[in-house]
Amino acid sequence: MDESISKKRTVVTQESRVAFPPHIKLHRDAVRQQWLILAPERVFHPDEISVAVLKQCDGTRTVAEIAEKLTHEYQATIDVIQPDILDMLQDLADKGLVDA
Amino acid sequence: MDEQTPKHVSESGMPVGARETDDAPVENQANEEEACARAPIGMLCELTHRCPLQCPYCSNPLDLERANTEMTTEQWQDLMRQAADLGVLQIHLSGGEPAARKDLEDIVKVAAEVGLYTNLITAAVTLTRERVEKLRDLGLDHVQISIQDVEPGNADKISGYKNGLEKKIEVAKWVKELGMPLTINAPIHRHNIKSVPKMIDFAVELGAGRIEIAHVQYYAWALLNRAALMPTREGFNEAAKYVEAARERLKGILVIDAVVPDYYAKYPKPCMGGWGRGIVNITPQGRVLPCHAAESIKGMEFDNIKDKKLAEIWLNGDAFNKYRGTSWMKEPCRSCDRKEVDYGGCRCQAFALTGDATNTDPACSLSSLHEEWANVAEKESHAPSTDFVYRRVGGAKKADTNPA
Repeated sequence: MDESISKKRTVVTQESRVAFPPHIKLHRDAVRQQWLILAPERVFHPDEISVAVLKQCDGTRTVAEIAEKLTHEYQATIDVIQPDILDMLQDLADKGLVDA
Repeated sequence: MDEQTPKHVSESGMPVGARETDDAPVENQANEEEACARAPIGMLCELTHRCPLQCPYCSNPLDLERANTEMTTEQWQDLMRQAADLGVLQIHLSGGEPAARKDLEDIVKVAAEVGLYTNLITAAVTLTRERVEKLRDLGLDHVQISIQDVEPGNADKISGYKNGLEKKIEVAKWVKELGMPLTINAPIHRHNIKSVPKMIDFAVELGAGRIEIAHVQYYAWALLNRAALMPTREGFNEAAKYVEAARERLKGILVIDAVVPDYYAKYPKPCMGGWGRGIVNITPQGRVLPCHAAESIKGMEFDNIKDKKLAEIWLNGDAFNKYRGTSWMKEPCRSCDRKEVDYGGCRCQAFALTGDATNTDPACSLSSLHEEWANVAEKESHAPSTDFVYRRVGGAKKADTNPA
């Protein structure tokens, strides 16, 4: 039955241009003073680093570009930051929270 | 669950609406407390109890509310504004069949305007393409369509409705064509448990992003029909094994949420994520409940949104405070180290099976009644199925309302 599956798992690479699909919302909750990701019947809590990454995920920047940008903000090297971002975005893609 | 360090994005263990989490543990308790401290995160709105289907496991109460007692459009719209102000994040427009209300669009419009994440939980058989498109344009975020089985004849028999599956497939295709996310909800019981693999294929073929393999929970109509619905333990284990493998195989393609039949569980589910903690339920008449089955607990009184504000009811209502937190607990819950994990299970089930809502839910292996109830399930599931008592106004009166 695997042949019948037209949709493929999204693999996030450093060339991927990641974005939220229209129904996934990075939401600033004014009542709770925190960032949340709203998804169908689910709520996720992104930490500060992931919010910084996700705000850059507009479908135009590549993962490599985002990682490069964040090396300056977080004063960390690209070989530390990029694998971390890739892991995080792959996990979110597997949960259907981001497209690439 | 795949563990990654550091974990930058954690899922809330709180069920946001109708979903009961099975294996999503609270990943960060501090986040949860912050999120739940002063406002529900999910609001389940039973817009009406009218429904063209008659599924014998319906989660609506046995005493269905009549159409002429339902809240008005303006009352629902005002509730949406109150909910957003309070801090509700997601609303679930459910029923009965929410599309039975001609003003569904007017309610969705306001909900979207005030920033609520809107989810339509529908049987789909009466929807038109025009309505789905209008709802999308107004800001509906997500559609969940229930199925009874993937075998048309059996689906008709379960729902008491002719050719329902064909219509559901048509609506599901519109939802995808219109670019909206789709969840398939499949309540599981002994008459369709063998279809679980095909249901998963069905969801993939329709382009759904999620499927809920939701074993029926035995309250209300389902409790009345338990002897017709309870699957065998062997059947459940086989289905669970299949689901586990499918989850891995379909990673990134289909999210599979599973709800276990709790008579076969070791520990109870954290029903509603804890009473009065993250979820609020509104009945068609406007009664505000900590859970959709709460009215089955005799002797409790519930506030109505027509008399008081949502914030007042949520924070100070007697019904919400009665079983909120852990101070109401008796042993073995009181000294249990899981008391803030599962909150002693389900109050409604504790009441239905033991007559006292402060008892441990018999779904818990620490309950003195656990073995007895697991045996009842075992026995009923191996006996020939009884006939369905279909969900319809007055339907329950004809049947014995005490299956115990």
